[in-house]
Amino acid sequence: MSAAWAPITEPSAAEVPSLGRPAPRPAMPVPPDADLAEQYLEISMGPQHPSTHGVFRMNVVLDGERVIQLKPVFGYLHRNHEKIAETESYLGNMPYTDRLDYICSITNNWAYALAVEKLGGIEVPERAEYIRVITGELTRLQNHACLLGFLLQDMGASGTPLMYAFREREKVLDLFESLTGARMMCNYLRFGGCRVDLPAGWLDRAKAFLAEFPRFLDEFERLLVDNEILMERTQNVGVLSRELAVSSAISGPMARASGLNYDIRKADAYSIYSRFSFRVPLGHHGDVYDRYMIRFLEMRESVKILEQAMRDIPSGPIQNPAVKARLFRPKPGEAYGRIESPKGELGFYLISDGSGIPYRYRVRPPSLINLTVLEDLCLGRNVADVIAILGSVDIVMGEVDR
Amino acid sequence: MELETLKSEIEAAIPDCRLEIVPNPAPSAQHSLRVPPEHGLEVAFFLRDSCQFDFCTNVTGVDWPAKELTEKIKVKQLVDGVEKEVDQVRKTTVPGSLEAVYHLYSIERRLGPLPLRMRTADRESGVHLPSLTSVWRSAEFQEREIYDLYGIVFDGHPDLRRILMWDGFEDHPMRRDYVEPDDYEYEPTAHDEVLARAKEHAAKANPV
Repeated sequence: MSAAWAPITEPSAAEVPSLGRPAPRPAMPVPPDADLAEQYLEISMGPQHPSTHGVFRMNVVLDGERVIQLKPVFGYLHRNHEKIAETESYLGNMPYTDRLDYICSITNNWAYALAVEKLGGIEVPERAEYIRVITGELTRLQNHACLLGFLLQDMGASGTPLMYAFREREKVLDLFESLTGARMMCNYLRFGGCRVDLPAGWLDRAKAFLAEFPRFLDEFERLLVDNEILMERTQNVGVLSRELAVSSAISGPMARASGLNYDIRKADAYSIYSRFSFRVPLGHHGDVYDRYMIRFLEMRESVKILEQAMRDIPSGPIQNPAVKARLFRPKPGEAYGRIESPKGELGFYLISDGSGIPYRYRVRPPSLINLTVLEDLCLGRNVADVIAILGSVDIVMGEVDR
Repeated sequence: MELETLKSEIEAAIPDCRLEIVPNPAPSAQHSLRVPPEHGLEVAFFLRDSCQFDFCTNVTGVDWPAKELTEKIKVKQLVDGVEKEVDQVRKTTVPGSLEAVYHLYSIERRLGPLPLRMRTADRESGVHLPSLTSVWRSAEFQEREIYDLYGIVFDGHPDLRRILMWDGFEDHPMRRDYVEPDDYEYEPTAHDEVLARAKEHAAKANPV
């Protein structure tokens, strides 16, 4: 028999090597007369927070995990776009409008061009209207695809959905690049037409993209649409009633998810939208899930419009030759022009005093006005729901702060 | 709907409220309705509840500084005992004011836009207008923006604070006569050139 094994004993606390971890702090003694219901926590979400889609801050007051007050703070990207525009010529403002909602620059150009055309009574040639519809609806496709990717990313579906969405967006941006020379800051439309005609073969490439796109939609929709976690986190969260949507002038997919049948393409048919057959999808509940689903449905309708527009596009001039864009001096007066941009109603209000510079230039930003109800949607929800609700509103800070 | 009909309807419903139709000569022909501020809320409630203008999309401010109009008129004068027509230049000053413009649409009746205008008394102290946020919630942020950039004070607004500029900011940058600071992060240095520039700017910004 060899030497007996030394008996194993528990080391005493003093012998355990310290890992540099401080000893747990004893719980804070609660004064016996403390009213725990009154202990609210005020936190500042943002401005540097990945889920706020830019530099946006919310001052949130929490009762435990529940939001009891939420005050949005704006202005981090404010550069007084309207003041700059009131020192520039009408044509010189066109590239600035790209920077409003930088995801969909062509629809910004379109709204501004529409307002100037109303102010000056300018006619737009047939082919240019078709080009506007085609580029505008492509913009809507890529905006909605992006938004869905961002929303899912914010809710924790990390990576995959966003990459799928961006893969499609790249294809649209490639089309824009070959058409306008720029991927995001397109600066493409002009009063009374467009800057350049479609290059040779562009329409075929666009048609090829469009033929593939519904497959992406099916795949993307199937990816998470019946996912239990997604449903749990979005259904009955952030419910916006139809009445509040009307009173707060909520527009775009957000209003339609609340059952408000208001699409400016139908209600105030600008351009040539009355020629196309498409439907306006409506939601029933007005929650985040409806706002998520309505974007899929809108993309399917956009595909329909694009198919019709690409089939029917005539040949002809793309610019009204009567318009002297550089020397454009509208007569005194004013005009409010609006379009259905992917975010909602994008309007421009212009007052002319007869000179070549707008006397008053106002952007009606759908992103800012859709945020009016953010507090109403978030009250009583958890902090994590705020992220999902904000993601479903679809904002771009370049447009909110201007 | 004709604007004249609407005007007479409102005037019939609200006693001693006089509206003015502001014609718009541009091809858009969006004529607007000027409302006296003391009747602003009543007119807004009437438009929303009786005329179904439920969708107030755009709210914005416009600055109209005081301007001097010069016109030549012919005046009869006795020159050397003979009555003659003499040219004279008459100068009239149009007082300045700030204006809030509300663009209304009706979703039910597919009408619009109806621009509603309200003017302040002047640009210095009488800058009060009634807030229409209680009628249309969409005016909440946009009236804050007008307050911030133009300096119109909306009485009855639930939360009238600056929205785009920071809280310590003092001026209203969208006004036509706004002088922007030379340098927002200005610090005095020993350089004569910079000091001279700062002096010049101070004289421009605060004329004695």
